[in-house]
Amino acid sequence: MPPSPDADAAALPAAGARLAVAASMSVPASSASKRKLGVVFWIAVAWICLVVVMAVFAGLLPIDGPDNLSYLSKLGSSFSHPFGTDELGRDLFSRVIFGSRVSLEVGFGSIFLGLVAGGFAGLIAGYMRGIFDAVTSAVANVILSFPALLLLITVAAFWGRAWWKITLIIAIIATAPLFYVVRSSTISFAGRDFVLAARTMGASRWRIVTREILPNVMPAAISFGLIGVAIAIVAEGTLSFLGLSVAAPTPSWGNIIAEGQSSTAASDPWIWIWPTLIMFMTLLALNIAGDRLQRFFDVREGRL
Amino acid sequence: MTVSDPATAPQSAATAAPRPGPGGIAAAPLPPGLFHDGAVLTVEHLVVEFPAPRGRRVHAVSDVSFDVRDGETLGLVGESGCGKSTTGRAIIRVDRPTSGRVVFDGTELTALGPEALRRARTRIQLIFQDPISSLNPRRRVRDIVAEPLAIWQRGTPAEREQRVRDAITAVGLDYDAAADRRPHEFSGGQCQRISIARALMLDPKVVICDEPVSALDVSVQAQILNLLEDMKARYGLTLLFIAHDLAVVRNISDRVAVMYLGRLCELGPSDDVYARPAHPYTVALLASIPEPDPAAARNVTPIAGDIPSPIDPPSGCRFRTRCPFAQQRCTDEVPPLTAIGPERFVACHFPLATSGPRSSAGSAGSSPEPAPPIQVDTPPTAP
Ligand SMILES: Nc1ncnc2c1ncn2[C@@H]1O[C@H](COP(=O)(O)OP(=O)(O)OP(=O)(O)O)[C@@H](O)[C@H]1O
Ligand code: SF4
Ligand SMILES: [Mg+2]
Repeated sequence: MPPSPDADAAALPAAGARLAVAASMSVPASSASKRKLGVVFWIAVAWICLVVVMAVFAGLLPIDGPDNLSYLSKLGSSFSHPFGTDELGRDLFSRVIFGSRVSLEVGFGSIFLGLVAGGFAGLIAGYMRGIFDAVTSAVANVILSFPALLLLITVAAFWGRAWWKITLIIAIIATAPLFYVVRSSTISFAGRDFVLAARTMGASRWRIVTREILPNVMPAAISFGLIGVAIAIVAEGTLSFLGLSVAAPTPSWGNIIAEGQSSTAASDPWIWIWPTLIMFMTLLALNIAGDRLQRFFDVREGRL
Repeated sequence: MTVSDPATAPQSAATAAPRPGPGGIAAAPLPPGLFHDGAVLTVEHLVVEFPAPRGRRVHAVSDVSFDVRDGETLGLVGESGCGKSTTGRAIIRVDRPTSGRVVFDGTELTALGPEALRRARTRIQLIFQDPISSLNPRRRVRDIVAEPLAIWQRGTPAEREQRVRDAITAVGLDYDAAADRRPHEFSGGQCQRISIARALMLDPKVVICDEPVSALDVSVQAQILNLLEDMKARYGLTLLFIAHDLAVVRNISDRVAVMYLGRLCELGPSDDVYARPAHPYTVALLASIPEPDPAAARNVTPIAGDIPSPIDPPSGCRFRTRCPFAQQRCTDEVPPLTAIGPERFVACHFPLATSGPRSSAGSAGSSPEPAPPIQVDTPPTAP
């Protein structure tokens, strides 16, 4: 190109006055961005782990079977029966632990299924948009507009009370909100420049969704899922309480509470207080863990 | 290669919307000398429109033509919202051009199928304005930089690691300290270095830098600009450098293209354009640079008023609502891009003097046939 004769006249102060590029830029040794989840979060997680471990290894614990009738023991708590026994002489501690199995299976199982199905659909709908998005969103909307508990009670009453059936029904209901969470999170990340960068580098759609978007959507999905587990446990507990979940000899939190409130046992409120308390603590822990996790990731993303 | 094949009509010229005002997008003939033999990237009558509510359209880029020669840096400047990013994105077809052609290294990008486009795009890379948003917060730096190689399965894992190490070192970061960290642990400038390293992994020919330093501290801007120049020299890159800041562009560009509201106003060698701006908008832009600038015409009032909406741009010359020299003709006719000197092009009915008082240029320009250049080989772009 022709050099202009009086170019120098217009010379602006060189904004790019050459600074030698430092041979090796220092990288921050420790980042100030490592936010803490807080001790409450870890207590909540510890509680959830404890409840899960106890439920999984209930058979190995040095406790009576949940159906073991020990007529000799008193109702109140003792060393061998920390929560006491119910009016039939069954160890309440054991019943609460064995009863947690149903709640946890239904709670975690249904949300896991819902997360896999809803999350997968949400990722694809959020990234591809278009007709798939329109159809799946419409379906999710329909599911959301059912009165969930009523639906659950009706289906449980007519279809059956096996735990996997209840898990499946709750999973279907949970798919809709989980779909929306993953979808909206996907949409927000799909607009980020790093997704565009991956596209221009030639990444396939599958690769973009799995490598770029999924890891970013995961935290929101998991924290929301934890809260979902709490809601599912409440739903199962409600069915149990109404006698619409697992059948009588098998304990579940809901049916222990229901039995504890039946007239013969009304004299000893601990029979329903203990399972209620454990259930409440578990729900609280799930909510706290989910909430803290969500805020933790919000803060980190807020920085970006 | 000269873009001069009249048989290749723009892909979807027929879909171009009817324009307000006379002499719309349709085929303002291009001045001779606008395109160069051996240009790596040629943009011809590029139009990008987005749908807007109530059936209207955002005229983000309207009939923009320029080329970028091998090894040069072309600066693309203009106010926010004038369509600079859209131009850059349309070149690599991230935004779909409504009409027009983009030819890269002999290949018409606008005519490629998905797989061919995917392949061709590896040789044009983008560097973004927001250095943090352009890096995946959940991935480690080594994976981010290695991603292009992983996508294309280039080399063995060991070779890839070595290349990543070289690239990260080349952009001035310490590989061992940086490799296993995630983007949020770095400053904006450092993130931009990582982006540059990533962009270079596929050995691109052209790098489109979309305001790569606008989001950075002033103290860091110069470092990143220097790094870009170093990389350009080392890897023989051609840069399309987008910025809204003329001062930044001036130092890095061989030529500048000035855009206003979706249209190209002026194009020419940087020093020349800065010394003797011909378009009133360029003058105003230069006048708005804070540094003392003896060459810029001081008698021109800085830009008054707001940018009109690109949904409903002014007829004729889009700058007329803010131009101190606007006349009736500016409302009626779209000023075509016209050669006003060697390598100098301006789209104005009354360009400011490039070698004399403005009045003479004005009277020359006001003749009914504005400086009719001998039109040789530019094709009509729309019926
Ligand atoms: N996807 C889109 N849909 C609708 N309108 C868009 C879209 N992308 C850009 N626009 C509009 O097109 C116009 C040009 O946008 P563009 O981002 O290219 O401007 P720019 O010159 O890069 O501005 P900036 O300096 O702010 O980055 C703007 O009015 C913008 O609102
Ligand atoms: S064409 Fe008219 S309105 Fe547009 S810049 Fe030139 S003088 Fe101003
Ligand atoms: Mg932009």
